[in-house]
Amino acid sequence: MELDVRAALEKLARRLGGEGAKLTEAGRLSGGASMETWAFAFEAPGGAERLILRRRSAPFDEETARSVSLATEAKLIQATGANGARVPQVRHVCDEADGLGEAYVMVRVDGETLGKKIVSDPRFDAVRPGLARQCGESLVAIHRTPPPPGLNLKAVDGTAELDRYEEVYRATRAERPILELAFQYLRKHVPAPVEPVLLHGDFRNGNIMFDPQAGVAAILDWELAHIGDPAEDMGWICTNSWRFGRPDRPVGGFGEYEDLLAGYASAGGRRIELSRVRFWQMLGSLRWGVMCLTMYLSWRDGITKSVERPMIGRRVSETEADLVVLLEEGL
Amino acid sequence: MITHPRTDELAESVRLWIDEIRPTLDPRNAFLARVAANAMATIARELMQGPAAEASAVAGMAAVLGHDGTFAELNSELCARIRAGELTVETPGLLTALAAIARNQIAIDQPSYKPEGTPAA
Repeated sequence: MELDVRAALEKLARRLGGEGAKLTEAGRLSGGASMETWAFAFEAPGGAERLILRRRSAPFDEETARSVSLATEAKLIQATGANGARVPQVRHVCDEADGLGEAYVMVRVDGETLGKKIVSDPRFDAVRPGLARQCGESLVAIHRTPPPPGLNLKAVDGTAELDRYEEVYRATRAERPILELAFQYLRKHVPAPVEPVLLHGDFRNGNIMFDPQAGVAAILDWELAHIGDPAEDMGWICTNSWRFGRPDRPVGGFGEYEDLLAGYASAGGRRIELSRVRFWQMLGSLRWGVMCLTMYLSWRDGITKSVERPMIGRRVSETEADLVVLLEEGL
Repeated sequence: MITHPRTDELAESVRLWIDEIRPTLDPRNAFLARVAANAMATIARELMQGPAAEASAVAGMAAVLGHDGTFAELNSELCARIRAGELTVETPGLLTALAAIARNQIAIDQPSYKPEGTPAA
């Protein structure tokens, strides 16, 4: 049965704001198939609060099999925030008494997350040239955070990631020559190992809240956090599928490689070669292509029924169009 | 096939109807309706452009592999030989053929997508 989230939020408002608390707003924001995000607010004798609820609404499927629990996500946000990363403030981690399932509550941060707006809305014209540098700086605070103990985060390097996605690709039984060639090419170009760090794991335009004056306001969506090569987080934000129609600006559709790397170095991050970022960028396109295939399969196999899924399957060709150019250019 | 209407016109009529009712839907269904309209547009494009794209892919793959075959046969063999390391980025003509296949496919699936390497407008 569909959970009555609104009723649960009324109860939660009283838990957070005291007996007199009254829910003044509750609405679901656009979210994924397995994760819900709700904006809500309450007024209470002690003051009003504007909050965000993040809750898992469906059991794990392939798409989310790599993800951490929401409780882990909340711990990572707190740990990286304490280390200087720009992240939302965790207000409350839900338990059974809240009746919301796996969920936590954050203080709402104002700004824009729609990638298309960041790359093209005139409101961001003034800050846009500085965003790639800010993204580089922001990553340092994350990568320098010691992983909180007891979280059991997965550790991944280039070879392990290729193994994982090739296994998933083989299981789909799809035959796509460009994906095959990308696997072969990347296997020959795996960068030398580096000391692994805490990664956001889904650091891309769309998962970052930007403010039209201040730029990076908060880094969101921590469910794919893991341990690995710092260049992985940099390569993912450079993957063309997240440039929103501006392939000429490699970082998120808003900035240049040099600025991302310079921001990282200036904040005290270790020096990272561009070719290393490009390896992860190319692996990012390949990974997104394989993910698109699995989303189609989740529909074909009857796991999900949404029309969204088979259409995402038709996005494999966008990654092929990108990969073939990257294969021509080399890393 | 019959022409009054053609299949792509049927798909187009459904797409237009979906667009018409979209504003009356709740946000989640409005989003899914947009996806559904896009699916109809993809079907219409594949009906129009698919045969030429497939013929071009068959010719391109046959040139790389040095023999004829159906799309499925050539595509399978191409994948197997790339996987075996017999065909690589250095193989003359391979990347050119794959690039043409990718261009034709994106023109059907997502014509507004700007691939890597597209210069600023």
